[in-house]
Amino acid sequence: MLKIENAVIENGDFWLSANLQVETGQKVAVIGPSGAGKSTLIGAISGFFPLKDGQIFWNTSDISQTNPGLRPVAMLFQDSNLFPHLSVAQNVGLGIRPDLKLTPRQSDIVQTALVRVGLEGMADRKPAELSGGQQSRAALARVLVQDRPLLLLDEPFAALGPALRVEMLDLVDDLVRETGATLLMVSHAPEDARRIADQVILVEGGVAHSPQDTKTLLDNPPPALRAYLG
Amino acid sequence: MVGRAESVNPKPGIGAAVFVVALISACLGSVFWYAKAGSGLSAYDWAAVRFTLLQAVLSAVFSVALAIPVARALARRQFFGRQAIIVVLGAPFILPVIVAVLGLLQVFGRAGWVSVALGWIGLPPFQIYGLHGVVLAHVFFNLPLATRLILQGWQDIPAERFRLAAQLGAGPVAMWRLLEKPMLMRLVPGVLAVVFAICLTSFAVALTLGGGPKATTIELAIYQAFRFDFDLSRAATLSVVQIVLTGTAALIAFNVSHSDGWGGGLDRPVQRWDTQSFGARGLDAAIITAAGLFLLLPMAAIVLSGLPKVFFLPGVVYSSAFTSILVSLGSTCVLLLLAIPIALAAVTRRYSWIEMVGLLGLATSPLVIGTGLFLLINPILDPSLLALPVTALVNAILALPFALRILVPSAREVVVRFGRLGLALNMQGWQFLRRVVLPRMRPQIGFAAGLTAALSMGDLGVIVLFADPERATLPLQIFRLMGSFQMQAAAGAALLLLVLSLAVFWLLDRGWRRYAKD
Repeated sequence: MLKIENAVIENGDFWLSANLQVETGQKVAVIGPSGAGKSTLIGAISGFFPLKDGQIFWNTSDISQTNPGLRPVAMLFQDSNLFPHLSVAQNVGLGIRPDLKLTPRQSDIVQTALVRVGLEGMADRKPAELSGGQQSRAALARVLVQDRPLLLLDEPFAALGPALRVEMLDLVDDLVRETGATLLMVSHAPEDARRIADQVILVEGGVAHSPQDTKTLLDNPPPALRAYLG
Repeated sequence: MVGRAESVNPKPGIGAAVFVVALISACLGSVFWYAKAGSGLSAYDWAAVRFTLLQAVLSAVFSVALAIPVARALARRQFFGRQAIIVVLGAPFILPVIVAVLGLLQVFGRAGWVSVALGWIGLPPFQIYGLHGVVLAHVFFNLPLATRLILQGWQDIPAERFRLAAQLGAGPVAMWRLLEKPMLMRLVPGVLAVVFAICLTSFAVALTLGGGPKATTIELAIYQAFRFDFDLSRAATLSVVQIVLTGTAALIAFNVSHSDGWGGGLDRPVQRWDTQSFGARGLDAAIITAAGLFLLLPMAAIVLSGLPKVFFLPGVVYSSAFTSILVSLGSTCVLLLLAIPIALAAVTRRYSWIEMVGLLGLATSPLVIGTGLFLLINPILDPSLLALPVTALVNAILALPFALRILVPSAREVVVRFGRLGLALNMQGWQFLRRVVLPRMRPQIGFAAGLTAALSMGDLGVIVLFADPERATLPLQIFRLMGSFQMQAAAGAALLLLVLSLAVFWLLDRGWRRYAKD
């Protein structure tokens, strides 16, 4: 269970307060107007924005002061999720060992993950030789080998076309089902939330609200959300 | 976590910066300490101060005055080879001063091409030694720099403005008053200040073309106080004067200059509607040709006169060339060990000011640092034993500001783009550096290394204070050949030096870039 307790998150001049919890295995969409603080919330959970106040817990352990790389978190950013000068296999391998000294068994795990996301035979290519969708698949393969209980997506598929984005969301859906990971994904599109999210965290007015059932919230949106959805 | 996480460790960079500051402070401190014992400035020294200022003012004025028409011609013409000319305008930066001086002697010297031509029409030969020659050589080096800076100013005028002015029916005169004159009024003071500051500290030109009571700069007087009188307190007193002058000039240049001339986009000529007359085109063609000849003829002269000799030089020349290669490589290694950590520290939020440390190298002069180091080492050790390491070190520090200009933006880009991903994957300091930062910065590291290697290869500065007859770099060897009037051998050695300088630059810059993966 992810628990954010009386947190005030600082991102430059902007502060966001959050007091909420997400049950293990839930799939949660984070929605709200641009600049409301969706990425700030995700950034605080992954450790990139400091807390002014409050704590973040994963199960019983306080992770508020933990370094980003040591949190129980796998994260995909809006862009630059792959290092362009490293091969696909190396990019995925970084998820197992950041120094890339992989044992043969660990290399097998990388290969298996690549097969799972549909990138068989592309291990030695550079990201530039992949299509946009294949690049997203490579990043997801790394998420798979990272094997962290919490997956955070900060709109990594925003640049893809609608059909490809749906394809990636379905792949994410499958992966979190298989691994039992808890998913938090920032989204601009309510239809994405409806597609895979059980719950929605609404971020607006400097506050990240507690998760609510997706269908209930979207079918009967409060005024702030209604203004955003149009 | 108190603040945001940082993906690079600023500590090595802080260490490197502290080292640079400590070294320069120690040099300045020892200079001031020794100067106290001195007895003020003699009439000869005051003449050196006046000459230093005079030649710097004249060099700046001529360089900029000539650069304006060249930049204007390049800004408004599109022709085959324009890009090549702009690249060549960057070349004097890595051209050894002594090579250029020898080339200028071949063209403008007493027996040079120009003097011979003057003789045909019954005129006396051109005087190159003294004020003329010093200013001529400074214009040779700084005309290209000033042209690049001013060309940048022309390119920065938005094309829409020219279109609007043309639509309003503005002819060349109106265009000048509306757009070009305001731009120049804003830009020229800064360019003048930069060239003035550069000419204030230039040593090798004054060493080779100046001299005597009428044409001695402060830097040259420091050298003479060392070499001829071994009067350390006088050298220190002169160094103090030089510190005050360069410090002031650097401050002025820093405050009035807006552009740094490294910007891109110089390859794009602005489309103009007011300059298509036959006269204007002919004028521009003449200006570009004249500037091209002025810059290329001395180089051609070195190639022509050096080529027959380059394989038949005295053995000592080849061994000094080998020494120069070692100094150049040593200098490059020291530079990279200083510049890469400082560049990485400069992209962290807390230490972004650390880039300013590099400017210390610009605000002092090579001979002042050399004097300071000599004064520090002399009581402990024979300074000539350390001639080569000291030369490598001083060259690295002088190249530091340029290297940081190249490295910091690229380091910032890597950290902004990949810093969070590195942190999220728990790539610690060295892993992130080795796997991400260094591979991504490869082209810029290669460029900075190439510049430093070429600068160091051609440097004729601090080495002259420290060297004994057994030790010489190739530039110093050429200077000695000139001193003993072996001009043929000097030309051959100069060609060798030219080739070596361009080769190290090309190998490091291109070689590194070729292996840059993406």
